[in-house]
Amino acid sequence: MSIKRRSVLKGMLATGVSMAALKAPAVHGQGAPFKLGLLTVKTGPLAQGGIQMEQGVLTWLKEKNNTMAGRKVEFFSADTGGNPAGTKTKVQELVERDKVDVILGPLAAFELLAITDYIIQAKTPLMSLAAAEDMTQRRPNPYFIRASATSGQAMHPMADYAAKELKLKRIVTVSEDFAFGHEQMGAFQQVFEDAGGRIAKKIWPPLVTPDYTPYIAQISDCDGVCQGFAGSNPLRFMKAYAAAGLKFPVVGGETAGDDALLKSFGDEALGLVSCCPYTLDLETDGNKRFIDGMLKNFDTVPGQYAGLLYLNCMVVEAGLKSLNGDASDKEKLIKALRAVTLTDTPRGPVKFDHFGNVIGDFYIRKLGTDGAKYGLKYWNKTVKVYKDVSQFWTYDEKAFLAKPVYSRDNPPLKP
Amino acid sequence: MNFWLVLTVNSVTFGGLLFLLSAGFSLIFGLMRIPNLTHGSLFMLGAYFGATLLTGVFGVKLNFWVAAILAALGVAMIGALIERLLLRRLPGDALAQVLVTLGLSFIAADLCLMVWGGDPINVETPPWLGGFMRLGSVAFPNYRLAIIVIAVVFAIGLWMLLERTRLGAMIRAGVDDPDMARVVGIRVSQLFTIVFALGAALAAFAGIIGGPILSVYPGIDQDMLPLALVVVILGGTGSLLGSFVGSIIVGFIYNFGQALLPELAYFVLFLPMLLVLIFRPQGLFGRQLP
Repeated sequence: MSIKRRSVLKGMLATGVSMAALKAPAVHGQGAPFKLGLLTVKTGPLAQGGIQMEQGVLTWLKEKNNTMAGRKVEFFSADTGGNPAGTKTKVQELVERDKVDVILGPLAAFELLAITDYIIQAKTPLMSLAAAEDMTQRRPNPYFIRASATSGQAMHPMADYAAKELKLKRIVTVSEDFAFGHEQMGAFQQVFEDAGGRIAKKIWPPLVTPDYTPYIAQISDCDGVCQGFAGSNPLRFMKAYAAAGLKFPVVGGETAGDDALLKSFGDEALGLVSCCPYTLDLETDGNKRFIDGMLKNFDTVPGQYAGLLYLNCMVVEAGLKSLNGDASDKEKLIKALRAVTLTDTPRGPVKFDHFGNVIGDFYIRKLGTDGAKYGLKYWNKTVKVYKDVSQFWTYDEKAFLAKPVYSRDNPPLKP
Repeated sequence: MNFWLVLTVNSVTFGGLLFLLSAGFSLIFGLMRIPNLTHGSLFMLGAYFGATLLTGVFGVKLNFWVAAILAALGVAMIGALIERLLLRRLPGDALAQVLVTLGLSFIAADLCLMVWGGDPINVETPPWLGGFMRLGSVAFPNYRLAIIVIAVVFAIGLWMLLERTRLGAMIRAGVDDPDMARVVGIRVSQLFTIVFALGAALAAFAGIIGGPILSVYPGIDQDMLPLALVVVILGGTGSLLGSFVGSIIVGFIYNFGQALLPELAYFVLFLPMLLVLIFRPQGLFGRQLP
């Protein structure tokens, strides 16, 4: 028995060695691996998105056999715990101890804001999902790239669609009382009112709200509702909304109708229209590869968190390729990353503006049962695609930046 | 008019749910003198167990009420084990017990995350309670009304248990004066286990009953625990009536506070607690602890 085991071990070693020998010539003398860091959240309430982020990266690495632009990839995943202090500690570990070349993440805006100064100081390119507008607008960070969306980027087309295609006139907005919610609803209001609509009321429940009914009781005098909830909150909002017997159509942002929630939604969410930079039903090779990988590796139907991190990996690879795999000069690296243009990603074609923010397609989807795949009961079906949407929407960049950033009271409610 | 009616009914519903959660918390606090910080976790565990039984184990889908009772029994066992194996070893050391229960709540949160993942789980409303009841132009979901009935039934049941049975008399004796209770031959340490298990079962039951309204998600433990704390501080520890009245008060403050003063929702929630702590530290219906 023991002899057998030993021989098996030997065999394994032998194959390992021979595989390494075969691969050696492909490395082009760049022996050192490319170091990829990830700041994510694997514990606590934000873990749902955080775990998906890691799965997105792992799916990409597996597909590419752990190689990026001819270099072996060494992957460092750090759990921030979903708080600013933890993020600060972990980013220092990644930069100073592990000496990573590029950092993906973190998840939330307050995590990102805690480390933005440090990132400038450490000169390490950072690709985050966090949507804080000013990171790529009025207070840009030269080492920052965002391939997902600003808070308002998905809300601009959503508002356009609500006004022009759904023909809604008066909308009540409901969203969490924190920066992401404020910026989303500000963006929605701006475009919706420019298109002739009117925001009747803005309601702000706290981030932690076990029961939304008291807020839903305030919805009246309108013909539609816009919700910007994130995490698991959309689920409970839609339940309480249906339980209150309200029938106004509901539109929402990228987190409000995220595909990762499809397996948890019930009939109460039927008809929810949301706008998202990633959609499961985008029929392209790039998206198919990604979804197949997620199903194979993790047996899970992905949402935007996984999709956008997978996309981040593609961007890093493309940037690295353009430098022939040389990541030693961080200034060159960040320039190369921002110059990346991709045509076939899980979210469609992608390029970046001079602030490092994505210009890409945004998908308006309607939740129903029609066309559901991957064992899901519910499905977000794309009803309209807004092509090449920039963070400034159709507005002039200078005029847009001259105005204050979207906030709780900006734009103000009209009397 | 509708606005007020909806909020009133919802306040009572939410109060009912809070009562199920906080009755056990209050009894444990009253008898054992420790704020059991795992109480939110027991609520969450109950919800997760129940949701799992509902979606089916080995292909067997259980009835909502059967699932709720099984989940409560399972969590009662866990509660008894926590008391027997951990808290029992730290007698009289309230600080250590608080830290142990806090630590356990972290462990429970991450275990749930490992087992059930981060995705929120939707708990279906039992089919025959799915509809609405109409009162004029206002519709009330039947399920929310059912929660009120359940809470009242449990309140009466618990009251009978405490006031009309020998076990209840022993528990009351233990709450009032544990030392004297020991002297007259009541095995107070055994009572600890029973009350802890009962409290755990009630919290778990509240978890699954609350499921169709709140759904089950990581972090629900930390959302619910402060509400239970507010209820118990308002109502007074170890007092069933206190829990009941406290729950209804918090239900009303919570709902109306959020609807009328959304900016001050949390302030309005904690203000009465602060006032009670200043002017009547034992709570509205609590007795002065010796």
